Amino acid sequence: MIITKQKSLEEIRKMLAGYGKILILGCGTCATVCFAGGEREVAILASSLRMAEKINGKKKTFFEHTVKRQCDWEFLDEIAEKVKAADVVLSLSCGVGVQAIAERFPNSRVLPGIDTCFLGLTAEPGIWSERCDACGHCLVHETGGICPIARCAKGLFNGPCGGSVAGKCEISPDVPCAWQLIIDHLAALGQLDKLEVIQPPKDWRTSHSGGPRKIVSPVREESGEK
Amino acid sequence: MKNLKPRLVVFSCPWCCFQMADLSGATQLDYSPQVKINIVPCSGRVEIIDLMKTFESGADGVLVLGCLEDKCHHQNGSLTAKRRVSYIKGLLKDIGLGEKRLEMFMLSPSSGPKPEEIIGNMVEQVKGLGSSPIKVKRKT
Amino acid sequence: MKAGTKLERILASGQFAVTAEAGPPKGASAEVIRKKGELLRHCCDAVNVTDNQTAIVRMSSLAGCLLLKQQGLEPVMQIVVRDRNRLALQSDVLGAVALGIGNILCLSGDHQKFGNHPTAKGVFDIDSIQLVQALKTMRDDKKFISGEDISGEMPVFIGAAANPFADPFEYRVHRLAKKVKAGADFIQTQAVYDVSKFAKWMEMVRERGLDKQVHILAGVIPIRSAGMARYMRDSVPGIAMPDSIVTRMEKAANAKEEGARIILEIIEQLKGMPGVHGVHIMAVGWEDIVPDIVQKSGLMPRPVV
Repeated sequence: MIITKQKSLEEIRKMLAGYGKILILGCGTCATVCFAGGEREVAILASSLRMAEKINGKKKTFFEHTVKRQCDWEFLDEIAEKVKAADVVLSLSCGVGVQAIAERFPNSRVLPGIDTCFLGLTAEPGIWSERCDACGHCLVHETGGICPIARCAKGLFNGPCGGSVAGKCEISPDVPCAWQLIIDHLAALGQLDKLEVIQPPKDWRTSHSGGPRKIVSPVREESGEK
Repeated sequence: MKNLKPRLVVFSCPWCCFQMADLSGATQLDYSPQVKINIVPCSGRVEIIDLMKTFESGADGVLVLGCLEDKCHHQNGSLTAKRRVSYIKGLLKDIGLGEKRLEMFMLSPSSGPKPEEIIGNMVEQVKGLGSSPIKVKRKT
Repeated sequence: MKAGTKLERILASGQFAVTAEAGPPKGASAEVIRKKGELLRHCCDAVNVTDNQTAIVRMSSLAGCLLLKQQGLEPVMQIVVRDRNRLALQSDVLGAVALGIGNILCLSGDHQKFGNHPTAKGVFDIDSIQLVQALKTMRDDKKFISGEDISGEMPVFIGAAANPFADPFEYRVHRLAKKVKAGADFIQTQAVYDVSKFAKWMEMVRERGLDKQVHILAGVIPIRSAGMARYMRDSVPGIAMPDSIVTRMEKAANAKEEGARIILEIIEQLKGMPGVHGVHIMAVGWEDIVPDIVQKSGLMPRPVV
C-alpha cells in the first residue's frame, strides 16, 4: 500500500493563499487506510481550514468530496463538474492521484495536501512501516522474504554493517537491523547457507534509476484508452 | 478581554459520575446558563469531527468527561477519547483557537473531584480566554 | 605478491605490522596531512587516510594518500560506498593505482545522518563486499564490474573492515569469511577494548582457518579522557567499551596517562594472540601519541623490507 501523511495545516494554508473556492478531494483507498486523506480526514481538514481562515479574516469556501481512488480516470471523470466549479483542488491522495488530476483536468489547478512517503503495510493500528523499494526486480527469496533495500538503511546486499546494536540499526533504536531479521529468519528456516553466496551488484536499470517506468500489457486492446 | 458569558459544551458519558444525567439540565448550574451537556454512551464515541464542528459552530470551550483510564465502562473508550482530545488540542493551536479551549477530565463516580467543580473551573478558564474568534451569529 | 606494497611485504614476512590513521582536514590544507605524516613516519608501516569519516566532509582520501606518498610514506586509501557509485569507485581505484597507491580499504561508511550533511542522498550503489570483489576482479581478471576489459595491470592489496563487537555476534565470523571469499587480503578491525570478547572472536576465526587466508590487524583507539570513554560506550555504534575501563578512566589521577596505560595493556595482549598479524592505531585528532605508544609497546624500530 502507498503510505501517505497529511501535510501540516501551516503548509496547506500557505498553498491555499489566493484561492477562494477549494475542493478538498479525498481518496478512498490507500489514503483512507493510513488516516491521511479519507472521507473522515477530508471533513476534519475542511473544518480546521474553515476555522483557521475565518480567524484570519479570509473568505474561502471549502467543498468536500471523496472518490474511491484518484488514480483511475473513471473516478475522476465522475467529478469533472465539481473540479471545474472550484478554483483549486486540494488533493488528499498520493502523488499519483495529484498528478492524475492535473493530467485529466489540465485547465484546473491542483495542490498536494498529503506527502507520499513509502510503500508499506500497517504493522499495527496507527503504525505504518516501509517494506518495498519498487526496485523492479524482486529477489526477497534470497534473503528470507525480507527486502535488504527497503529495510536496510544502507541497502546492503551482503550485510550487516558494523553499526548494528542489539538487533537495531545504527540510525535509530526504533529501526530493526534488516540483516539481523534476515539472519534470524533464514536460521529459523534452516537456510543460512543462502548467505554464503556473495550477492552481485544490483542491476538498477529496473528501478527508478533507469528512468521513469511503464508497463504495457501484452494483451491490451489496440484501440481506446482503457 | 474576559468573556462573561462563555458558551461551553460538555460531552460526558453517564458512567463517570452518578449525577451526570441530572446535571444535563442546564438550569441546575448557577454560574452560567450557557453550559450545554451532551450525554454520550461513551466518551470514546465522540469523534474528532464532532468536537471540530462544535468549535465551528462558535463554542467558546469544549469539555469532555469520561471514566478513569482503567475503569472505563467500555474498556478503553476514555483512553481513545484522551488521545483524540490531545490530537485536537494540537489542531486548535494550529488553527489559532488555542489549546486551552478544549479539555478532558477522567472522573470516578465515587471519589475525586465532582463534575460541577470541573465544569465550574472550565467555565472560568474559558472566560479568561475571551470569546471564540469564530464569531457565529446565533439567535439568543 | 599481489601488489608488492610495503604493508603486504611486512605481513608476508610474518612480522607484526603497525598501521595508523591520519584524518584529513575539513579544508584544503596539505600541510595538515604532511604534519601528521611526519609524526607517523617512523612508527608505522602504512598510514590510512579516512574517507569522509562519520559522514563529515573532509579532504578526499585519494588526495590525502597522494600527499603522504609524496612525503615518502606508504598510504592506505579508505573508500566508503556511501558516497560514490560503481563508476566513480572503479575510476578512483584506477586513479589511486596510477598514483602509486596500492593499499585500498573497502568500507560501508557510517550513515549520512551522522555527519554534517544529513540531508544528502546516500549512494550505496554497491556494498563493501561487492567492492572488495570488484577490486579482486579488476586485479586478477583485469575486468570491470561490467565484464569489460581493463587495460594494463591493476595491482592492489585489498583491505576490508571487521567488527567483532557489532551484532549479531554469532554471525560476525561468517561475515569475515564472506569478505575473505570476496577477495580481502587484509583486515583492520574496529577498536578492541574488550580483549576477552575479541579473543573469543579470534578463536572462531582460527577454527574456520581464516587467519591463514587473510591478515588481521586489530584496531586500537587510545582514550584520553573519561568523557571520551563514556561517549564511546554510550554513543558510538559498534564499539564495545567495558564499564571497567570507563571506571579506571574516571578514577585516574591523570586521565591521559591512564588511557595510554590501558592501550599498552591491550596491545600487549594482542601481540600475543595467535592469528593477529598487526595492530591498527586509530588516534584521530591525537596522532602525536602514536609514536610513544608504538615505542612503549616494543614495536620500534619498524622493520625494513
